[in-house]
Amino acid sequence: MEDMILYDRLQFAFTITFHYIFPQLTMGLSLIIVFFKWKFLRSQVEKYNNAAKFFMKIFAINFTMGVITGIPMEFQFGTNWAKFSELTGGIIGQTLAMEGLFSFFLESSFLVLFIFGEKLMGQKLHFVTALLVFIGSWASGYFILATNAWMQHPVGYEILENGKYVLENFSALFSNPWLLPAFLHNQMGSLVTSSFVVASIGAFYLLGKSNVEYGKLFLKTGVIFGLISSLLVAFPTGDWNAKNVAKYQPASFAAMEGIFETEHAGAEIILIGQPNMVEKRLDNKIAVPNILSFLTYQDWNKQIMGMDKFPEEEIPTNVPGLYYSYHIMVGLGTIFIAIMSLAVFFLWRGRLYNFNPLLWSIMFLAPFAYIANITGWYVAELGRQPYLVYGLLKTADGISPTVSSGNTLFTLLGFVGLYFLLGVLFLILVGKTIYEGPKPEPHPQTH
Amino acid sequence: MEVFWYSIIAVILAMFFILDGYDFGAGIIHLFFAKTEKDKEVIAKSAGLFWDSNEVWLVAGGGMLFMAFPTFYASVFSGFYLPLIIVLWLIIFRAIGLEFRSQFKFPMWRAIWDKSFGISSLLLALFFGMALGNVVRGVNLGGVENGISQYESQYFFLPLWNSSFSPLSETPGVIDWFTIIIGLISVLTLAIHGANWIILKTNSTINARLKSVVFYSNIGLLMLTILSLSVWQTINPNALDNFMSKPYLMVFPLLYFTGLIGLFFIKKIKKDLYPFLLSTLLILGGITSSLASLFPVILPSTNSINESLTIYNTVTSAYGLSVAFYWAIVGIILIVIYFIIQKRMMAGKIDNMDYGH
Repeated sequence: MEDMILYDRLQFAFTITFHYIFPQLTMGLSLIIVFFKWKFLRSQVEKYNNAAKFFMKIFAINFTMGVITGIPMEFQFGTNWAKFSELTGGIIGQTLAMEGLFSFFLESSFLVLFIFGEKLMGQKLHFVTALLVFIGSWASGYFILATNAWMQHPVGYEILENGKYVLENFSALFSNPWLLPAFLHNQMGSLVTSSFVVASIGAFYLLGKSNVEYGKLFLKTGVIFGLISSLLVAFPTGDWNAKNVAKYQPASFAAMEGIFETEHAGAEIILIGQPNMVEKRLDNKIAVPNILSFLTYQDWNKQIMGMDKFPEEEIPTNVPGLYYSYHIMVGLGTIFIAIMSLAVFFLWRGRLYNFNPLLWSIMFLAPFAYIANITGWYVAELGRQPYLVYGLLKTADGISPTVSSGNTLFTLLGFVGLYFLLGVLFLILVGKTIYEGPKPEPHPQTH
Repeated sequence: MEVFWYSIIAVILAMFFILDGYDFGAGIIHLFFAKTEKDKEVIAKSAGLFWDSNEVWLVAGGGMLFMAFPTFYASVFSGFYLPLIIVLWLIIFRAIGLEFRSQFKFPMWRAIWDKSFGISSLLLALFFGMALGNVVRGVNLGGVENGISQYESQYFFLPLWNSSFSPLSETPGVIDWFTIIIGLISVLTLAIHGANWIILKTNSTINARLKSVVFYSNIGLLMLTILSLSVWQTINPNALDNFMSKPYLMVFPLLYFTGLIGLFFIKKIKKDLYPFLLSTLLILGGITSSLASLFPVILPSTNSINESLTIYNTVTSAYGLSVAFYWAIVGIILIVIYFIIQKRMMAGKIDNMDYGH
């Protein structure tokens, strides 16, 4: 039984982590593509159109990867988490089915048209297809966040006599106080990844002295979008989320902040330290007094409950994992704001394109945006433990009752092998696309 | 309301098999009949352009099944754990075959991904057919052994096969001689459908030859159909009861046989669209007939202790279904609009269309 839960969780964690490499780029990138296409419509300068088409190539590779790693996600609700699906399918099935109906069809239909239809439909409609792809991908994020919001903070349900949760109020799923902050935070996170990728490709071209004109355009666009999104991801959306965790999942809040003991007055904010779960304290701690209370409640002396105030079974099962995920996310977020502010400052002074140390840092920053997004999701998911649906259903009670641990380990190993291959192919393909660069094409005839 | 949702999901899943079916079929044809590089490229393209929007139908159908019949979804997905995960892997292999083959001109690279696309298409067609065979045959719900249920009555777990390979055994596996027959029917049906798609969408040099391929596959299909109908009676003596008591259900098998008979005239048919429509009828009729024979059961129980899963004992709350009714109507109208736009923009032969990514 213990093995079973472990393998089920590992398989879900592994497949969703790998999957989320792709949508986090495509959601933000679709917005940047819309921006390039709009600039082209306004200015009729060809390079904007080529930029849009170049990034749509990168988008398409990521979209394909997102589809083929996304189908297993939907299947796994049933294959590995059958009890959870049976008990809550009447509720989360709503939002998941809506995602299929309202976003995947939109996204996939118009992506094909964007890639192949430019000459057929003219520039204005081509812009519209880009816009529809953007709406489709953000709608998809919205429905997934609505599903997750219900698992974090269940609302609008009733419990039947047979233990099943069924929907009582449809609109509550969408007015869930967890949903909007989480959605906006997630989308800004996605914009961080994509703008950092755009800037990183720009820096790569400038440092390699190839496609220099595009290098400048990508770098400029990337750092401006990058600064805006790094700021918005922290404030107000990140702040708003942290307050929600403090309000609705106080034990998780204590764990992610690393507060073992409740202080009499204001709580300190932990910068560095390693959770020691045996002695229930932080080792090698560096902290600033009273800041956490101020950030959370705008009151320097407000008391914040530590893990000592909660019963053992309410505290997340993996406190160190949760604590590190949170601190990695916040730490990286701070570095992002610093580097992007510097980049925008140098851009304003007209010195960014020749300032190699900054270009190198921007080029290598992109992978860290992925890490920040993924650790952000680990905060949400580890923070929800030991529950699958917060306060209602324990993770251990959600697994499939008839699947044995040997079968799950078999499929887990299979996924690891297959996704390794997939990852290598993905890198080859993206690398090739970046290496070939945006090619200037003859201006298409508009009718 | 249950019947409405059952029908909607059945239509969406049938759409999936009709649409993704042609690209599975194109893969099978590609594996066995495409010889020149130009043909291979065009056939891969005829699938590669559309597979991802076609597979959205599977995701949408799965999502709606999850929402409307959660108990069924949970039972079937965990019970068919191994075959479903293998299907996922095959879907991935097929997709990378399609997406990666054109990336490099290196012949060995293309040969690898062509095989990956073709073999996964073939196996997927086989597995989907076997899945239908398993649903029709039924499973050991509750995992009954010696008269005692090992699980809750709605759950089961099927091994890939048991040593007898017999559908009549008390604990049948996923693969037995009955499901293999249905699997082969599916392979032939989709191969025919794929060939018709290639004829419709491309000017490949094998188009003329594909018409005889369709003709001979159709003979095989007819024989297998007769075989499956006769053994079906042995496995489930009540198989045809629904059709006897509600004669209007005969319209579904009628669709199937219209398609089957029509395709014998493929060499005389001049318009490229008609053979494709006939094989569409074949798929639509095949799926709907199987479902109609079971209705309102959706997964029969092979033991007498636990009752079969029906649309009534696996459904979610009435409120959930009725609220979903409204958004589903809106969603379906939108899908039809996108579908029409996409098909109009991408109408005609695709040989010279640029394959962008």
